[in-house]
Amino acid sequence: MLHHVPILREGKPYRSLQSVTLCHHRTRQPIAEVSQAHPGLIGRDLRTSFERRRRFEGMPTRDLLRVCRDAARHFLEDSLPLGDAFQSPEDYVRHLSATTGMPEALCRQNMGKIVRVLTEMDRVLAGLTRGLDLSALDGGQGMGGRGDASFQARADCFGAVLPSNSPGVHSLWLPVIPLKVPLAVKPGREEPWTPHRILQAFIRAGCPAEFLGFYPSDHAGAGEILRRCGRSMLFGDTSATRPYQDDPRIEIHGPGYSKILLDEDAAGKWEQHLDLMVTSILENGGRSCINASAVWTPRHGREIAEALAERLGSVPALPAEHPDARLAAFANPQTAERISTLIDQALGTPGAQDVTAGTRAGGRVVRLDGCAYLLPTLIRCETPDHPLANREFLFPYASVVSCPQAEMVERIGPTLVATAIIRDESFARALMASRDIDRLNLGPIPTCQVSWDQPHEGNLFEHLYRRRAFQLVDESASASALADSSILGNPSHGDFRSETRKPDIP
Amino acid sequence: MQPPQPSRLSNARPSVHQARERLDAWVREIVPWHFSPETGCPFWLEFARKLDWDPCREIQGFDDLRRFGLFEDEWLRGGPVRRWVPRAYRERPIFVFETGGSTGVPKTRINVEDFRIDYETFSATLPDEFFPRGSNWLMLGPSGPRRLRLAVEHLAQFRGGICFCVDLDPRWVIKLIRWGKMDVLEDYKDHVIDQALTVLRSQPDVRCLFTTPKLLEALGNKISLKKAGITGVFCGGTEMTPQFHRFAREELLEGAYFAPTYGNTLMGLACHKPFDPADGYAITYFSPQPRAVLEIVEPDHPDRIVGYGETGRVKLTTLTKEFFVPGFLERDEAERAPPIDLYPWDGVRNVRPFSGFATSVVEGVY
Repeated sequence: MLHHVPILREGKPYRSLQSVTLCHHRTRQPIAEVSQAHPGLIGRDLRTSFERRRRFEGMPTRDLLRVCRDAARHFLEDSLPLGDAFQSPEDYVRHLSATTGMPEALCRQNMGKIVRVLTEMDRVLAGLTRGLDLSALDGGQGMGGRGDASFQARADCFGAVLPSNSPGVHSLWLPVIPLKVPLAVKPGREEPWTPHRILQAFIRAGCPAEFLGFYPSDHAGAGEILRRCGRSMLFGDTSATRPYQDDPRIEIHGPGYSKILLDEDAAGKWEQHLDLMVTSILENGGRSCINASAVWTPRHGREIAEALAERLGSVPALPAEHPDARLAAFANPQTAERISTLIDQALGTPGAQDVTAGTRAGGRVVRLDGCAYLLPTLIRCETPDHPLANREFLFPYASVVSCPQAEMVERIGPTLVATAIIRDESFARALMASRDIDRLNLGPIPTCQVSWDQPHEGNLFEHLYRRRAFQLVDESASASALADSSILGNPSHGDFRSETRKPDIP
Repeated sequence: MQPPQPSRLSNARPSVHQARERLDAWVREIVPWHFSPETGCPFWLEFARKLDWDPCREIQGFDDLRRFGLFEDEWLRGGPVRRWVPRAYRERPIFVFETGGSTGVPKTRINVEDFRIDYETFSATLPDEFFPRGSNWLMLGPSGPRRLRLAVEHLAQFRGGICFCVDLDPRWVIKLIRWGKMDVLEDYKDHVIDQALTVLRSQPDVRCLFTTPKLLEALGNKISLKKAGITGVFCGGTEMTPQFHRFAREELLEGAYFAPTYGNTLMGLACHKPFDPADGYAITYFSPQPRAVLEIVEPDHPDRIVGYGETGRVKLTTLTKEFFVPGFLERDEAERAPPIDLYPWDGVRNVRPFSGFATSVVEGVY
């Protein structure tokens, strides 16, 4: 059956005359027609963002937290609308795996991440807002911990230009709903399934559909969303994100270049941390920006590389339906070939070696039932200068880089997640001070272990809201307030006073 | 020697067979015109001198034009431009118009009266109810070296109106897109639309609009065309997908008549098949035959016309007294559509940029 994935315009399905056909990564059979939104249509819908956000503002946050919890259940358990049909949870896993090549077992794992964030949204928001009483967002003022705090939304609509690599990333934009900003989502080309299902779960849970826009589109459509939304997040490679690099309205989610850093002490005990390294590199098929793409160590580089290669090299390519499958197939086999060629070409530069090459019978690219897979690849780099030392690919790839501890912080470059297994305090202080590191794990925490109440590549709450200066007259102490405001000597404050009301705050 | 203007031939609607006979007869008149030393232009006279056959004798119908092979667009790039001026017109004021200019040195075409004739012919297809005679126009699109501004202005004047003009420079737009300066592009688009809004707000008797698909979206997303008094929209310049067509009818036009066209400096203006819901918003265009002929051919064998409904590259032949272009391969592809009563010759459906080029042509907002 050929499914139709519609555009959602204010939550209502819309079938476009322009569509993209998604095919099964193995059989090449068409799976779905995805309606495509052109920029004019997106721009037309976003014209009414201001009015819609004002209506959204009127919904109590506690109700929206309940919506999130219910949406988690609907997402996990229900058959939800998909075009003219319904999609069961099992259908969802099959569709997702079919068009992305991700093993069904990993699809289910990612489903769990989304459910967890939706279910624990109050904790997530507490983390993002550092414990703000969320009623502050209901009346425009609230307890910020040290008296009155007032927040204003920086945008009437939040744009999310999303990737296809892993469904887990959709957890990042979910808090936008309880933060009461309408959404305009552009899914990744091969992965419309997860964001569409999430929005349908929100609608079933009682979130007014008018706040939800879903616009499968091309680069032009993505550009329209990024231009028209006051705040956005953009996933993409360096070339896709470069034009928006200096735009403060857009939170960029580019390559992660996440790393594990060992100090002299930890390098001496590297065997103890081998499991953590394997997990960080391999989890989720190595398709996340939070997967480690490098291990930096001051010594024992060769031994670490060989041990990792042995573990990673034993991971086989299995069909997506296999319960033990851990590697994703490439929907386009040429992509796998191109990545492999890129690595081989870079190996031409002296100072690096594919240590996994000795652990496998054939090449890096394998074919199985007509699908292409890239087998895990571990590269030993003698110095950080080698072109393969700081690379990231869409499969379990990592380098083991030898680097003196004293030079490490200077040389790691932009790093989304750094797991630093260290005892040296001065090293720890240097890492804390480094502006290259976004998420810092001190201690043996896998790079891919995410605490959802922590910010990720920017704090979504601060991206969406700014705290404004706000003063409110307490009528019971009006005499002193009048005295204070008279000090300012600004007649407009007198006007303002007459419009103030008694706060609801106890 | 003055061949008759085909637009002034019989008003009776011909059959497919008659239309073809008329085309062949027109070819038999126009070829000698261009290859006669008294009337032809230096380019074609020089071209004929290198042939070992005589076009005036051996071209007896449209199919014989294949003997010229394909028209190379390089011939239209660079000067001297006078080599294209037919001797018969050497004393007349000459216009020169350029193509879009999205690829290197633009192609040029000389003009005397063709743009007026083309747009007068087109005028007959516009319903007076929606494009009222005597009402004013807004021309919101590329002017500069293009013929569009003069042509639309003439159309307005021909229908008794006055034309307000707002310029858009597509070459600048293409540069901005290539440079990735999308924010500057947006500012420029806003600048253009703001000028249009000023005209519409200050001139209450503008009823008719010419604009491009992207500018129509931008304008329609800013204001209600109906409240602005627009009752007829003539649209062209870039690709119009079925989805855009539907979106325009359902959400932008608010009852205004929509006249999509396919045209360029070399051809003139191809009119659309009247809207029929059964077409699923696919737009079919018909060339102003016999002044210009559109064929859909196999990209690798431009002599072979594809079957009805099949996709191929658009091939243009222009046959006017001012300009002779046999077998020019456009940068577009489309499906071949069968004749209809109103236009009893082949049409072209779903015109879009030719997918066979290694790199895509930047189309931009214009």
